[in-house]
Amino acid sequence: MLVLVLGLLLPLAGCTGGEPKADLVIINGPDPETLDPALGTGLEDLRVIGALFEGLARNDPVTARPIPGLATNWEVSPDGCVYTFHLRENLRWSPGEPITAGDVVYSWLRALDPRTASEYAGQLFYIKNGADYNNGKVTDPSQVGVQALDARTVRVTLNHPTAFFLDLCTFQTLAVVPRKLIEKYGEDWLRARPLATSGPYLLQEWRLNDKIRLVKNPYYWDADNTRSAVVDCLPISAPNTALNLYQTGGADIIWDRENIPNELLDVLAQRPDYHTFPFLGSYFLRCNTTRPPFNDLRVRKALALTIDKRRLVERILRGGEPVADHLVPNGTANYLPAAGLGYDPALARRLLAEAGFPGGQGFPHFSFLFDAASGGGRIHEKVAVELKEMWGKQLGIQVELKPMEKRVYLAAQNRLDYDVTRSTWMGDYDDPNTFLDLFRSDNGNNRTGWKNARYDTLMDEANQQVDLMRRAALLQEAETILVHDEVPIIPIFFYVGFNYYNPARIKGIYSNMLDDHPLNAIWKTAGP
Amino acid sequence: MYFIKRILFLVPLLLLISFLAFMLVHAMPGGPFDRERAPASPEIEHRLLAKYHLDEPVLKQYLRYLNGLLHGDFGPSMKYRNHSVTDIIVAGLPVSLCLGALAFCVAMGVGLPLGFLTAIHKAQWEDYLGSLAAVLVICVPSLVIGPILIMLFAIKLRWFPVALWASPWHAILPMLTLGLYFSGRVARLMHEGMLATLHSEFITTARAKGLSETAILLRHAFRIAALPVLSYSGPMLADLLTGSFVVENLFQIPGLGVFMVNSSLNADYTMVVGLVLLYAALLLALNLAVDFAHCLLDPRVRYD
Amino acid sequence: MIDRLHLSPNQRAWRRFRRNRGAAAALIVLLGLIALILFWPLCRLAPAAAVLPKAMSHPPDTISDAQFAPPCWEHWFGTDAHGRDLLSRVCHGARISLLVGLVGAAVSLVIGVLWGAVAGYGGGRLDSLMMRFVDVLYAMPTVVFVIVLITALNAVLGKWQAGPHGLSEEKARLLQFAGLFVGLGAVSWLTMARIVRGQVLSLRRRPFIDASLVLGASHARIIWRHILPNVYGVIIVYLTLMIPSIILYESFLSYLGLGIQPPQASLGSLLASGAEQINPIRIYWWLIVFPGVALALTLLALSFVGDGLRDAFDPRGEG
Repeated sequence: MLVLVLGLLLPLAGCTGGEPKADLVIINGPDPETLDPALGTGLEDLRVIGALFEGLARNDPVTARPIPGLATNWEVSPDGCVYTFHLRENLRWSPGEPITAGDVVYSWLRALDPRTASEYAGQLFYIKNGADYNNGKVTDPSQVGVQALDARTVRVTLNHPTAFFLDLCTFQTLAVVPRKLIEKYGEDWLRARPLATSGPYLLQEWRLNDKIRLVKNPYYWDADNTRSAVVDCLPISAPNTALNLYQTGGADIIWDRENIPNELLDVLAQRPDYHTFPFLGSYFLRCNTTRPPFNDLRVRKALALTIDKRRLVERILRGGEPVADHLVPNGTANYLPAAGLGYDPALARRLLAEAGFPGGQGFPHFSFLFDAASGGGRIHEKVAVELKEMWGKQLGIQVELKPMEKRVYLAAQNRLDYDVTRSTWMGDYDDPNTFLDLFRSDNGNNRTGWKNARYDTLMDEANQQVDLMRRAALLQEAETILVHDEVPIIPIFFYVGFNYYNPARIKGIYSNMLDDHPLNAIWKTAGP
Repeated sequence: MYFIKRILFLVPLLLLISFLAFMLVHAMPGGPFDRERAPASPEIEHRLLAKYHLDEPVLKQYLRYLNGLLHGDFGPSMKYRNHSVTDIIVAGLPVSLCLGALAFCVAMGVGLPLGFLTAIHKAQWEDYLGSLAAVLVICVPSLVIGPILIMLFAIKLRWFPVALWASPWHAILPMLTLGLYFSGRVARLMHEGMLATLHSEFITTARAKGLSETAILLRHAFRIAALPVLSYSGPMLADLLTGSFVVENLFQIPGLGVFMVNSSLNADYTMVVGLVLLYAALLLALNLAVDFAHCLLDPRVRYD
Repeated sequence: MIDRLHLSPNQRAWRRFRRNRGAAAALIVLLGLIALILFWPLCRLAPAAAVLPKAMSHPPDTISDAQFAPPCWEHWFGTDAHGRDLLSRVCHGARISLLVGLVGAAVSLVIGVLWGAVAGYGGGRLDSLMMRFVDVLYAMPTVVFVIVLITALNAVLGKWQAGPHGLSEEKARLLQFAGLFVGLGAVSWLTMARIVRGQVLSLRRRPFIDASLVLGASHARIIWRHILPNVYGVIIVYLTLMIPSIILYESFLSYLGLGIQPPQASLGSLLASGAEQINPIRIYWWLIVFPGVALALTLLALSFVGDGLRDAFDPRGEG
C-alpha cells in the first residue's frame, strides 16, 4: 500500500515543480469566460483583458479619468460630434508588427459586426450607423462613423454629442485586437501562442481553474513603466480558501468582496489590508409595474418607505456600504444627486390604506424573487429574509421568498413574470448615463414594464447637451421621476469597491469609482 | 467471450448515454448565456444563440454534436469560450485521476487493515472502537472534515500548504479529506467479509489441514474477504471522481469534479455531455476490469 | 423450554435484534430523537411555554437583534447570522432531515421495488431490457442528473406558481420539497432495483410459485402475497442503510445552494452554512458543532439500527 502511495506521489512532484515564482499574485475571482475584448463581460474578464489589450485611451491609475493610451492626443469638433485621434509613433504588436489606425477601425467594426455577437456592442451605438450596422440595416462597413484617415489618424463621427465618449474609449470592448491572428485562426485566435497583444502584458499561460500567468510585454509603448514583470491571476472561488491563501503568503491582493468571507468583515475591516471606497455599483429592487397591485404608485411607495436600509447595511452587509435613496452612486462624474424617498413607515401605512389595503388587509400574497447563490456570503438570501420581516411587521403584508437558480430568475425578470425582485447594476463608465439609461421605455434592461415619456425626453435632451452643468441638471430631473415620483425601482444600497492588500508592501493601487487598477502600475516591495 | 461481448457493447452504450445526457441538459431552463445585463438589442441575443447553433431544434443540434464527436471533437465549452472541452478534459483529467488514486490508496490503506482487525477481535474493545471510528467517518461529510483539517494542520500547525496543487505536500490534506469517507465504507465491507469468511467451510478445511492461524488469516481469509471490497472499488473510484467537487473547491485543485458540477449549474451543454461521456466510459471500463479481476481471483465465479 | 420452530422468520429476527445490544441501544436513541423532534414544537404552545425555560420556546425562524450570540442562558445553542435561535433550528432541521431521508428513501423504494420485482418476476427478455436500462443509468454521474432534475422541477414549479393558480405558500413549499425528494429518490433507486431483482429472481424459481400459478392465482396476487413478503426483510435493511446517504447527499446539495431553501433548514443545510464559518480568525463554533453532532448522532443511530436489522434477518456466525 505504501509503495503505491509513494509511487503516485513521485510523478506529482515531477509535474508541478520548476516554475519561477511570480512577482505578484492576485486573486481575481472566478475564471474569465473569455479574453476576447469584444466578448468579455464580467469584471474578472475585463481586468485581464485590460492588461492584454489597450485602446485609444486608458484610465489614469489614480483618478480613473481617460488619459492617452494608444492615441497620444485628440481633437473634438465644436459641435461635439467629431473626434480625431492621433496614434503614437512606433506602436507595435507583441511579435513586432506595427499597430495602425486600420487596426483600430477593424477592431471597432468587429465589435459591431453582428457575426461577432458582442454583448457590449451597445457601447458603440453612439457612433454614426453603429446600431444599424449591428442589426444588419447597414451592410457596408465604410458607412459606419469610424475611419482611418491615414496610418496614424482615426476619425470618429457620433450621432450626437456624448459627454462620456472618451470614457467609452477606455472600455475593453473598444480595445485594439490583432487582425492578422483573427483572420488566420478565426474563433480560436485566443488559443494561439504566442498571442499578439497591444497592452502591457503577454499571456504566457492560462490553465482553467488553476492560474493565468501574465508576463511583461516588451513591445508595449510604455513598457518601461510596467512595474511587475510576472503576474499570476488565481481563480479562487471559495472565500475561505482565498483568505487562507492570503494569510499564508500565497497571494498578495484580493479583488472584490465576494472573495472574502462575509462573516469576518467586521474583523477584517480593522486591518490595514482592508480598503473600501465609493464604487459604481447599485443594489435595488424592481417592481413589476404591469401587475396589480404594483401598478399602483402608492403601493410601490409604501414598500419603499418601510425598508430600514440602515439595518440592512449595518447588520447584514457590514462592509460599510452606503444607504441609497437614489440610483446613481454619489461621486459619479458629471452628476447631481436626486432626492429619493426616505424611511417613513407611518406614511407608508397611510399610503397603503389609501390604496385600499388598510393595515395590509386584502393585500394579495406576493413573491419576492432572488437568485440563490452558493457561497459568497448568501447576501441576497439574507437581505430577502430581512425584507420579508420588515414588510410583514410594518405593513402587515405577506411575502413569499422564492430563491431561484440564476438563469431561471433572469428569464423570469425578462418575461415580466414576477412581483418584486432584486437587481444589481455595475456601471460601465463614470457617468450617470450608464445607470439612468436602463429605464428608458425601450431599453432591454428595463424589465419593470415602466414607461414614461417625460423620462425618455429628459434623457434624450440631456444627451444632446454639450454643457455639462445643464446636462447634470436634466439628468437629476429624470432621476427624481425615477426614484421619487414614480418609483418603479427601490434603491437599497451602493456597493463599495473593495481591495484587500497590505499597503506597506503593495504599491500602485489607488481607489477610484471604477475600481480600475491597471496591473502594470502595481508592484510589490520587499518591505517589512 | 463474455468479456469480448461486453467490450463490443461499450460503443453503442456510450452513444446512448450521450444522447440521454444531451437531451437531459437541454431540458434545463434558461441557457448558458443568461446574464443580469441583457444585450442592448434582441438581435445581439439572436446572433449569440445562432453562433452556437442553439436556435436549431434539439435533435439537429444533437446530430451536429455527434458529427463532431466522430471526428474527435467535443466542441467548445459554452461558458469558457476560449477553451475547448477537449482541452479542459486533457488538463483536468490527470489531476483528478491522481487525486482519486491517492484517495483510493488512503481508503484501502486505512480501511482494509481496520476492517480486518475489527473482525478478528470481534466483540472486544478493538472492535467497538474501530467500528465506531469507521461509522463516524461515514457520518461526517467532507465539507466539514476538510475545513477542520485545513485549520488544524495547514494554518495552526503549518505542516501543509493551505490550497492549490503544486507539490506532493499539497496533496496530503486533499487526499485525506476525500479518502477518509471511503475508508470507513471499505472497513465495514471488509469487516463483514471477514466475518462471513471466517465461518465458512473453506477456512474450516484450512484449519483442519493444520495451517498456522496467521497463515490462514492473512493468506486465505483476507483474499476471499476482500472480494466484496473489490466489487465495490469500481463504483468507489467513480464516486471518488465525482465526489471530489467539495475537495477541489476547498483546496482549489484544478480537477474535473468542479467542472462537472459547475457546468451543470451553468448549463454549459457541451461540457456536461463531454464529462458525462468521460465518466461513463471510465465507469464501464472500471467495472469491466473489476469483473475480470473477480473472475481471476475467485474460482467459484464463472461467466458465460 | 421454548420451542423456537413455531415462530415466524420475522419474529425470530426481532428476537435476534433485541439481543444485539448495540443495535437495541441505537434504536432507543433513534426513537428518543424522533420523540424529541415531534414534541419540540409543543413547547412553544402557551401552557407549556409558561412553565418551561424561555430557551425552549423560540420559534425557528424569528429574526432578532442578537446575531451570532454564543450559547447562553437565553439561547442554549446560540444564534445565527439573523439572530435566529439555533436550538429550535436544529430540532426543526432534524425533523426535516429525517423527513427528507425517509421520503427520499420511500420514493426510491417504490420505484426500485416495482422495477426490480417486475424485472425479476418477468425474467427473460423483459428482465434483460430493464436491467440494461439500470446499467445505463448507473453509468451516468448522479450529480449532473440531480442538478438538472432539481433546477428543471423548480423552474416548472415557478412557472406554475406565477400562473393563474397562485398556490399558497404552504402548498408551494410542499411542492418544492416534493421536487427535492423526487430528485434524491430518483438517483438512489438503482441499487434497490438490483437487489430486489436478485431476490425475486431466486424466489421465482421456487416450486411454491409454480404451484400457486397452477392453482389459478394471478401474477399480481403472487407478487403481492408470496414474493414481496419474503423480500421485505432485505428491503428494510437496505432502506435503513440508504437513509443516511440520502441525508448526506442533501447536505451536499445545500452546499451547492439547491437543497432545502430558507427560511426552512435541514441539518444538512445548517451544516453547510456552518462549514463556511470555519476559518482561523474567528469561529462561531456553535454553528457547526451542534448541527454536526445532531447529524452524526442521527446517522450513527440509523447505521447501527440498520446493521442490527441486517444481522437479525440474515445471521452469520451462529452456525
